Amino acid sequence: MTSCGTTTGVEPPLAVLAELTHRCPLRCVYCSNPLALDPASKEMDTATWCRVLDEAADLGVIQVHFSGGEPTARKDLEQLVEHATKAGLYVNLITSAVLLDRERLARLRDAGLQHVQIGFQDTMAGKAEVISGFPGGHPKKLDVAREVTDLGLALTVNAIVQRHNIDRVNDFIDLALELKAGRIEIANVQYYGWALKNRGALMPTREQLVRMDEAVRARLPELKGRLVVDYVVPDYYASRPKACMGGWGRKFLNVTPSGKVLPCHAAETIPGMAFDSVTERSLGDIWANSAAFQRYRGTDWMPKPCRSCDQKEVDWGGCRCQALALTGNADNPDPVCDLSEHHGVLAGIIETDGGTAETPFIYRSFSL
Amino acid sequence: MTASAERQVTEDDRVRLAPGVMLRLDKVRNHWQLLGPERVLILDEVALDVVRAATGKPVTVREAIDDLARQFDAPRGDIASDVLDVLTDMIARGFLTR
Ligand code: SF4
Ligand code: SF4
Repeated sequence: MTSCGTTTGVEPPLAVLAELTHRCPLRCVYCSNPLALDPASKEMDTATWCRVLDEAADLGVIQVHFSGGEPTARKDLEQLVEHATKAGLYVNLITSAVLLDRERLARLRDAGLQHVQIGFQDTMAGKAEVISGFPGGHPKKLDVAREVTDLGLALTVNAIVQRHNIDRVNDFIDLALELKAGRIEIANVQYYGWALKNRGALMPTREQLVRMDEAVRARLPELKGRLVVDYVVPDYYASRPKACMGGWGRKFLNVTPSGKVLPCHAAETIPGMAFDSVTERSLGDIWANSAAFQRYRGTDWMPKPCRSCDQKEVDWGGCRCQALALTGNADNPDPVCDLSEHHGVLAGIIETDGGTAETPFIYRSFSL
Repeated sequence: MTASAERQVTEDDRVRLAPGVMLRLDKVRNHWQLLGPERVLILDEVALDVVRAATGKPVTVREAIDDLARQFDAPRGDIASDVLDVLTDMIARGFLTR
């Protein structure tokens, strides 16, 4: 509506990522959660989350994604799902599935849950469990996925792709069909949070990405009407950036377990940012006025060459967190852009980290 | 299976909302929408009437078209092909299933 970057004309957000907890029984080497996790004692209580859900609905949010960590580690998940549904929100659950069973899924469905997205680390149990650090996880996920569709809920298979499984992208698609998923999300690992520690052990080669892209495209016609395919090619190898989150402070907001409201999941990595908390201000006030949302909203903040670029309201200058991670300054254009003076750093990272080698993984520990 | 998933909807088919899809009035934006996993489809008045006629009760597409023709007092032939196209497209995008 406006690109002036002021509060007038800020459109209502579409979706909230509600990170209910950082607790998680898995130890995925690609986890994008921050290095410093919120302990259970800092998690917001049920009543506070319910208020946040009401405020989100009033603000115009359409979908809520209960996520984490592992959101099913919260015993009040049923209550939160029911509250969100009554507030008129469409409820998604983003889960590793290992703590779920049919009884709990049925309760969640009865509370209003519509859609369950289960993350798969591979199509082969042994390999998957090396990535998740959770023995026995893969067969459990398969069981729960079958219960999800059997209970009439929508299922998404989230295929988390990196160098060790990217050549099996076709197997992931077959797995989704076999599990009767309505949707597959092929997600290349994003190197934020803990994942950055393992970039050298995970990043695929350009050849692998090209092969994956060809394999997926070849299957799209046959999948039309059977399986919705959402996939994002990682932009380390691209020449123009993506509109990260549909533009900073334009469509999404992210609430952390302790109540901080972020424009994106990785925004806490940016130095000098002050994030407001729903424990102190309303969600609507934060969306419209918080300094963190204003900082990169619209186009006023943009440096050269974005400022005079005709793509500025298409990609919004790309990802701030990526600009930070790769150029040392979040105010720069995303270096994926070949108009950026820092574009060359990508080549260096691809050279050092992109590969097929069996570099050892670094696991984190965090207990329930 | 492949061919049947892609084929045009016929009047003998029955269609329904796909799992995890709901019809919702967005009071903030003042329009109707179909919501699915990570997806929103904004419905104009015509699309809303088609979705309601075809999925609101257990009818064949033929019966839904009959209803719509009566409702709009329009020649049946004029609307039938539009309805079939709208439904085919919504199936391809995963919002409806047959
Ligand atoms: S990425 Fe893995 S470890 Fe991190 S929160 Fe998700 S399931 Fe848990
Ligand atoms: S210069 Fe900026 S706005 Fe233009 S394409 Fe590159 S990142 Fe996008």
